Amino acid sequence: MYETHYHRPKSLAEAAEIFSGAADARYISGGQTLLPTMKQRLAAPSDLIDLSKLAELRGVTVAGDTVTIGAATTHAEVAASADLKKAIPGLATLAGTIGDPAVRHRGTIGGSLANNDPAADYPAAVLALDATIHTNRRAIAAKDFSTGLFSTVLEDGEIVTKVTFPVPAKSAYDKFRNPASRYAMAGAFVAVMKDGSVRVGVTGAGSRGVFRATGFEQALQARLAPEALDVPAIDPAGMLSDIHGSAAYRANLVRVTAKRAVAALR
Amino acid sequence: MTDITVKVNGRDVSAAVEDRTLLVDFLRESLKLTGTHIGCDTSQCGACVVHVDGVAVKSCTMLAVQAAGAEVVTIEGLSKDGELHPMQQAFHENHGLQCGFCTPGMIMTAIDMVRRLGGNLDEATIRHELEGNICRCTGYHNIVRSIEAGAAAMGR
Repeated sequence: MYETHYHRPKSLAEAAEIFSGAADARYISGGQTLLPTMKQRLAAPSDLIDLSKLAELRGVTVAGDTVTIGAATTHAEVAASADLKKAIPGLATLAGTIGDPAVRHRGTIGGSLANNDPAADYPAAVLALDATIHTNRRAIAAKDFSTGLFSTVLEDGEIVTKVTFPVPAKSAYDKFRNPASRYAMAGAFVAVMKDGSVRVGVTGAGSRGVFRATGFEQALQARLAPEALDVPAIDPAGMLSDIHGSAAYRANLVRVTAKRAVAALR
Repeated sequence: MTDITVKVNGRDVSAAVEDRTLLVDFLRESLKLTGTHIGCDTSQCGACVVHVDGVAVKSCTMLAVQAAGAEVVTIEGLSKDGELHPMQQAFHENHGLQCGFCTPGMIMTAIDMVRRLGGNLDEATIRHELEGNICRCTGYHNIVRSIEAGAAAMGR
């Protein structure tokens, strides 16, 4: 790892101020992606600004029909929240499948969303649930957030502060892990919203990152059952293709994981 | 360099560290606590698992400066008055190791498992929870047996 300068700001304002005064700063939260990247010398920020200790960025709250998760809330905290398990069981399940137990004790929802790894789990839920990503500058609708693999609309120095989710009627998440890396080769988050609409967010498979499987949504709208997904709705042309799996294989995995999620809806 | 104070195995330790120093290197090189191992160095294998503020983390994927003000427990901090921790004793009695390299991380993960899930752990749960700990001797059978016994002993 190259030399860097670590900062532990006491407020969001101080964090943003340090960022603007530094040559090439990066925010760090759990660091479960950033630190391995720095160790491989694929990133070499001049300054690291630690957001994980800011109390205003932490916690899960359920109020009425809205769930709010602070950006520095760890995957373990999200997975263990009793309120969230009742409100959005699919989201709690998802958080409990990220990485491994030790990684879940450090990694955070804000870090995962800002990094926007195409195989990350949270983006599927954020898109399927029509969540809002709040920053220190604005509120961003989930559909506008991702701009491709590892890229988002976040501007230089912008900080994700919290994510708000509408409470759906039912939800579930299922993924197929790469046997070696354990990252999702396809992951489907299915949500039945309170207005009756069905939304499906897919991660791990799309060549442009997370996407909504609108063909599946229409099929499930007509009939909410796993068998409803036996329709040719996923075009392999839009899938990732690499040594881990061809585009056709991934398109099939999207169907398999979506079916399993529909079967697990609660 | 940054001056940090960390409570390690119950004792306050102060040191000046480079900001890029990993927690595992601080433990091993500065404090000579070499029971915490570096296996893969890429967050996969779990040989470096320690407890930070009561929860299991991979100390190769955390900076020492991030642990400033925190409480860290390593494998060296488990035994009390010359008596092995019940989980250590269970690994001893069930031959829960072959080469022993992954053992410290396995034990720290196992204790965290009991903290979260209680002492009554079945085999499937233990195997699933060991997702982040790799034994390259592939000696998992006795590791799982050890954790089952250690968890029961901790619950008593």
